[in-house]
Amino acid sequence: MTDQPLLAVRDLRTHFHTFSGTVKAVDGVSFEIGQGEVMGLVGESGGGKSVVGFSILGLIDSPGKIEAGEILLDGKNLVAASEAELRKVRGREISMVFQDPMTSLNPLHSVGRQMDEVLRLHTDLDAKARQAACVEMLESVGISRAAERLKAYPHQFSGGMRQRVVIAIALLARPRLIIADEPTTALDVTIQSQILKLMRAQIAEKGASMILITHDLAVVSEMADHITVLYCGKVVERGRTRDLINAPSHPYTRGLIDSIPDTVNRHDRLSQIPGTVPDIRNLPKGCNFRDRCPRAQALCAEVEPQLEPQHGTLSSACHFPLKPGEAA
Amino acid sequence: MLGYLLKRLIQMTLVLWVVSVIVFLMMSFTGDPVFMVVPIDASDAEIAQARRLLGLDDSLPVQYWKFLTSLLQGDFGRSYVFRQPAMTLILERMPATVELVLVAMALAIAVAIPLGVYAGANPQSRISRVIMAGSLLGISLPGFWIGMVLIYLFAVHWGIFPSSGRGDTVEIFGIRLSILTWDGWTHIVLPAVTLSLATMAIILRITRAGMMEVGRQDFMKFARAKGATRGDVLYKHGLKNALIPVVTIFGLQLGDLIAFATITETIFSWPGMGKLLIDSIYRADRPVIVVYLMLVALIFVVINFLVDVIYMLIDPRIRLK
Ligand SMILES: Nc1ncnc2c1ncn2[C@@H]1O[C@H](COP(=O)(O)OP(=O)(O)OP(=O)(O)O)[C@@H](O)[C@H]1O
Ligand SMILES: [Mg+2]
Repeated sequence: MTDQPLLAVRDLRTHFHTFSGTVKAVDGVSFEIGQGEVMGLVGESGGGKSVVGFSILGLIDSPGKIEAGEILLDGKNLVAASEAELRKVRGREISMVFQDPMTSLNPLHSVGRQMDEVLRLHTDLDAKARQAACVEMLESVGISRAAERLKAYPHQFSGGMRQRVVIAIALLARPRLIIADEPTTALDVTIQSQILKLMRAQIAEKGASMILITHDLAVVSEMADHITVLYCGKVVERGRTRDLINAPSHPYTRGLIDSIPDTVNRHDRLSQIPGTVPDIRNLPKGCNFRDRCPRAQALCAEVEPQLEPQHGTLSSACHFPLKPGEAA
Repeated sequence: MLGYLLKRLIQMTLVLWVVSVIVFLMMSFTGDPVFMVVPIDASDAEIAQARRLLGLDDSLPVQYWKFLTSLLQGDFGRSYVFRQPAMTLILERMPATVELVLVAMALAIAVAIPLGVYAGANPQSRISRVIMAGSLLGISLPGFWIGMVLIYLFAVHWGIFPSSGRGDTVEIFGIRLSILTWDGWTHIVLPAVTLSLATMAIILRITRAGMMEVGRQDFMKFARAKGATRGDVLYKHGLKNALIPVVTIFGLQLGDLIAFATITETIFSWPGMGKLLIDSIYRADRPVIVVYLMLVALIFVVINFLVDVIYMLIDPRIRLK
């Protein structure tokens, strides 16, 4: 029992069969999260981060389908689980904070009712106890006059407050894993750091684990124990946060770090990764990143690199990985 | 809230007044009702006398003023044919129509909402395609044809249901109802089904469209991520959000059916207002037609108001404005 991770994702492949071709949004992704750990899942827009999150909860709708892989929660495979079994996992074992706080809440139900729903589904508490739990949770995410606010509707809340409500809902049933999908991207900067601090505190207090999805390496570098970098639906690099931020081995990770406008960035001027993400519907042979990569050579156009151990705790999928101290 | 209600009340009165003008003008320009009241061999003097009695020799504005003041006093005139107050005639028949329409609407909703929700939630499934094809038939087949087919099959061929009349009725507070007797129920089935099919099809399609739209919203997925059952997600989160257009159509259809159940009532000899209207039009029974039109206008206005109230009950964003 000692070494089993809370969640292990093995070779997950989630594809969307659209009219214009198959989108391999997630294609062979693996990672593990231990009890109480925070994992950062980063990458550019369209990299498949949200799809990984929805796959874990079994929320992939047609035309999407989990084609292969395992998602093991305490060793139990969620991919093979029935809808009824998944319902007991959702909200109770694993909950999710969606990307957009403005659209995650039902506009026609009061905030209190939407919070209460989680407790009704997953606990045996009576109405009074549920109400008390909702008030307490709302206050703990920093909403004052909580008892009164329970009667309010989402449109009476600002974006930041709505995201707090969504986070409160995600935390209510004390899940063991929280998937936070860019929980602060839609909010302005001052509120961003407030909400992140709050989430970290709540998670630490409850001993829960978290997958923090973001395209912002600066955010995860502060929050995460380890980081997984996605590019075109594949893991290109992963490892402990300090190793990965200080000395990434994949040129894509290097590019992401160099584009952080922050003290983490030790370069004189901000750089950005040249080019754009290739069309995920027909990816070229070889390495997906090679057209944007400063280190690309002939081999990169022929053979797709596989994830291999690098220095420190890192693994990356690159034929010509960076060594510590080496510039891209 | 009170201000809103007052505003609506003034609006409603205004609409009814405009309708009264239109009805009055329509009546003044369609035929001379004097020949309805005088004997065929009446002399010119007798005709002039009758005209004076009916107030038809006044100028139009004076006639309208008299028309309006008597409407306001609740005096709607007497039927030329039945020699009874026109209002009484219509009110006697109204319960039959309202009863038929309400049963038809209840049937339409009971069938259309669940099927619409299903078809909207599973647009690809074969059952949904069958439902949608069926609804297309419901919209495109004319009501009188369906009525006749139903009579042929269920009344003539199999003899399960009677084909005409209301059957036994029970009087409650002076209103005669047939839905309280078994015999009444057997009589109402066929006309109610006939009347409901088109509305059923429309409500079904609107519900489906709404559910497909709502299904794409994040909060539906978020509800699932909380662990809600499929039924809760569809009905408690989805349907409520899809309901506003459904309520709108429902209101319009309800008014429509009450006003124009005429064809169905004629086919099934259902003794309602619609049949009275047709008879009155044949006989140019002007007071009855006037009362009927005013009453229908009132019904539409009231239903419209109720629909707005229901909007507010459904959507807090409307309520709090
Ligand atoms: N329902 C869908 N149908 C078709 N393709 C989809 C669907 N959902 C996602 N995809 C595709 O899957 C890929 C990954 O999408 P995903 O939303 O996971 O990206 P992301 O990394 O979360 O990006 P962002 O940072 O913009 O949120 C994209 O190319 C997207 O077009
Ligand atoms: Mg996303």
